[in-house]
Amino acid sequence: MILPELFQDWFARQGWQPHPHQLALLAAPGDSLLIAPTGGGKTLAGFLPSLVELSAAARPDGYLENGESGKPGLDTLYVSPLKALTADIARNLARPVAELGLAVRIEDRTGDTGQAQRRRQRVDPPHILLTTPESLALMLSYPEAPAIFGSLRRVVLDELHALAESKRGDQLMLGLARLRALAPDLRVTGLSATVEDAQALAGFMAGARPVEIVEADPGPDPDIAMLTTARPAPWAGGGGHYAIPEVLAAVKAARTTIIFINTRAQAELFFQALWAENEENLPIGLHHGSLAREQRQRVEAAMAAGELRAVVATGSLDLGIDWGAVDLVIQVGAPKNVKRLVQRIGRANHRYNAPSVARIVPANRFEQIECVAALQAVAARDLDGDPRGAGPLDVLCQHILLTACAGPFDADALFAEVVTAGPYRGLTRGDFDACLDFAATGGYALRAYDRWQRLMLRDGLWRLRDPRAAKLLRMNVGTIVEAEMLKVRLRGRGGAPLGEVEEAFAASLTPGDSFLIGGRVVRMDALREMVIEVTPQPSAQPKIAVFSGVKLAMSTQLAHRVLALIGDPARHGALPPETRDWLALQAEVSRLPEPGLLLSESFPHAGLWHFALYGFAGRNALQTLGLLLTREMEEAGLGPLGFLSTDYALLIWSLDPVTDPAPLLDASRLRAGLGDWLGENAVMKRTFRNVAVVAGLIQRNMPGARKSGRQATFSSDILYDTLRRYDPDHLMLRITADEAGRGLVDFGRIEEMLDRSPRRDHRMLDRVSPLAAPLLLEVGRVPIRGEGRERLAQIEADALMAEALLDAIV
Amino acid sequence: MNGYGFDYHGLRLVARGSGVLWWPEGRWLIVADLHLGKSERLARRGGPLLPPYEGVATLERLAAEVAALNPACVISLGDAFDDMAAVAALDPEILRGVQALAQGRDCIWIAGNHDPDVPQGLPGRVCPQLALGPVILCHEPCPELEEVQVCGHFHPVVRLAGERRRAFLLGARRLILPAFGAYTGGLAWDEPALAAEVPRGLAIACGTRPLVLPIGVSQRRARRRWRMR
Repeated sequence: MILPELFQDWFARQGWQPHPHQLALLAAPGDSLLIAPTGGGKTLAGFLPSLVELSAAARPDGYLENGESGKPGLDTLYVSPLKALTADIARNLARPVAELGLAVRIEDRTGDTGQAQRRRQRVDPPHILLTTPESLALMLSYPEAPAIFGSLRRVVLDELHALAESKRGDQLMLGLARLRALAPDLRVTGLSATVEDAQALAGFMAGARPVEIVEADPGPDPDIAMLTTARPAPWAGGGGHYAIPEVLAAVKAARTTIIFINTRAQAELFFQALWAENEENLPIGLHHGSLAREQRQRVEAAMAAGELRAVVATGSLDLGIDWGAVDLVIQVGAPKNVKRLVQRIGRANHRYNAPSVARIVPANRFEQIECVAALQAVAARDLDGDPRGAGPLDVLCQHILLTACAGPFDADALFAEVVTAGPYRGLTRGDFDACLDFAATGGYALRAYDRWQRLMLRDGLWRLRDPRAAKLLRMNVGTIVEAEMLKVRLRGRGGAPLGEVEEAFAASLTPGDSFLIGGRVVRMDALREMVIEVTPQPSAQPKIAVFSGVKLAMSTQLAHRVLALIGDPARHGALPPETRDWLALQAEVSRLPEPGLLLSESFPHAGLWHFALYGFAGRNALQTLGLLLTREMEEAGLGPLGFLSTDYALLIWSLDPVTDPAPLLDASRLRAGLGDWLGENAVMKRTFRNVAVVAGLIQRNMPGARKSGRQATFSSDILYDTLRRYDPDHLMLRITADEAGRGLVDFGRIEEMLDRSPRRDHRMLDRVSPLAAPLLLEVGRVPIRGEGRERLAQIEADALMAEALLDAIV
Repeated sequence: MNGYGFDYHGLRLVARGSGVLWWPEGRWLIVADLHLGKSERLARRGGPLLPPYEGVATLERLAAEVAALNPACVISLGDAFDDMAAVAALDPEILRGVQALAQGRDCIWIAGNHDPDVPQGLPGRVCPQLALGPVILCHEPCPELEEVQVCGHFHPVVRLAGERRRAFLLGARRLILPAFGAYTGGLAWDEPALAAEVPRGLAIACGTRPLVLPIGVSQRRARRRWRMR
């Protein structure tokens, strides 16, 4: 297909030339995947084939004109990970469509779309429908799905690289397989930012089908460097506050800046510190996932209107609406992952063919090394990324249940359809049948009960036993499982919403405690129902600002680069002088870690023995290793008291020293420990909860249950314990183990660490080594579970009793 | 001993870490809200298919308490069964378990809102409420009664060191037991429905060691501080 005259004229009127990649997508005969940096006219490229086909010139049958009859149906489906993006695209697309004189109807369909509109869309769909993976899954669960999607000719998947990182992508690909079955001539276009392995992403999108990969000109190299600061980075911590004056100066020199920070709590603190020194009152906003939606939208609108000079943000701004005015990105804290750094840098200057400008602020000494290694990787265009695992089975369970909501299905046909989805290419029939069995009966080994039947087989087709179940299943569509959150509101009339905090954090607060949210310090007054009421406390020092969930671990490739940089003194010239001196001192009193070698140290400090292991395996893996090693140390009678893990190292303190770590680090023993002991761990329970919710074992949303609150729900931990005890081979536990092994537990990286380090060196030192010193300052110490937790609760109960007695006297 | 002993209107009682109430003098074991058959009821109604093991899990824990205390009388404080149909569909294994527990002792089933009737084939007898000295044992609080009441029904929990724990609530006029059943949710002590029954007093949190904490006090202090500003 070539660009028709109508479109050529339109481009000319804008003073534009179509980009080569836009034309390449137009010419692609089948599925295609466009890899392009931000600002490359990616979205228009994705829609251009649809618009050309929809334009009357290409459709002499008067397809569009028949629109009034309600017959022509859906032509193009656009799926984006962000609701905000669909609304933005609808606006941006309206202009060219109007200017081209196309009678094309464009609508969006998200969780925010009203009931009336949804119903109408089911009967009379627009030509182009913009939606999210969850809304698509929901639409596919209706009996009308074949009628709605039967006419579909094109699907555009935006920000595919981001979707591929989570279960939302797996769900989307299952939905796509369904769409291909409903509309066999469907053509799919994926749009992605720069990724390390385009072929893998193409396989994710299209399975075994051929895909034309179009790589746009990546544009000029970014202008990226460390931010030069007057003060050196501190030894430990993650705040980056030492660089506030330089960050403010950079903000002032630029037009608009996005300041990325890795966690919400750190973003809050950094924002506050910025304002404390912001003497010129530069308008600076804050944006993260814990803030109330209204507040985030206000910041986004102010950014779009060019009213802000900077916004402090977390990953919440990794995707989203293009703000052309952004000309500087500052990354505070190590990026942990080169690919994400590159994608974030791309947020600066969305003009095509203009270099992005970015500055990095390492938060501490270890991060300085990491930042230098990351910059070298960016310069070498060496992106990282762990290969994607196979499609998770909990998502498949949900898909099977939702498929049943749409109507009776044949198991063989559904299996054949599912394996056309990229992530499920390798799915075995055995696993599929296990998921079907779970969906149908719960999949319990004890099968004495005939009531356990959600699906039943009749006339060779699987169907819902009770059609009313469909409503409940539809209410629980989706794969995003968030921690239980409590809303935070200002006390008093109207009570403006400030944001949300995790329940575990809320539970640690007592009235009178102060904490940071939305950039201000507030005092907790009361916890009412599911709302925390607070009053502003401008002067107080916040007691706590910890409400982040999981922290991202440093990628394997970046860890290897960091280790290689540390281990080769010849390359230390790239490091700041104080970091060079630090490493030189380490080489003198102990030794430097290096590729192929696993260094550990034992030294006394503050009356306790400390064991430092420089594993460079990421914080999740090292945390798991900490849990496993302390158990071994407990059995060996060394009296471990606690540990902490960073991306680089593990530090354990104990009553007696570790003199020979070799037996502790035996891979087979560690693996055995993983099986029986880690099963009890909170990490596994959290993973189980996510799996159980996605698979439909636990339903979060019940009709009318919102108000009655918590009595209807009970902790997923109970289900986990019950299954472990009475049905240890259950599918949900298998999925949990798989997922934890890849994610939070990350045992694979412990094995990778042991495999890549055939040489071991353990040093007995008489005092803390330079490399270990920053670890002693790190926060996030984990006490050894068991008696410690019990003691903690006892202390708190005693304190409350003491206060109550005092209260009785007063 | 794994329990918190206290005097309540002239009775010596022990709140056990497991969640049962023990009256040593008469050797009575009182347990609330077993909710046997809950997963069956949810499955029957087209809800989620929960693991069908909660009956076994609940009974095993109760059997351990019976073995430890050897009570003369076991009293269910209502909602032993999740609904009457669940009673009818009760797994024979659970039924046998209940019979084994009742062997050689009295069994009293106080009617609850979920199980107003006595299950057929179960040992013991049903009654709407029962007197224990000056206090009344009943499933839900009865506002029309003047007596102090020991009840179940609410499934109270408290938050402690970032965890939710099932808890006894000990107030001047009410003693509310935690739910014993494996699949039972919890209602925080400060939810209006519960705070109306026990506005202040003590909570005894269940666990390997029962922990005692005050309730309804710190918030009053917070309010007072608020007024002083």
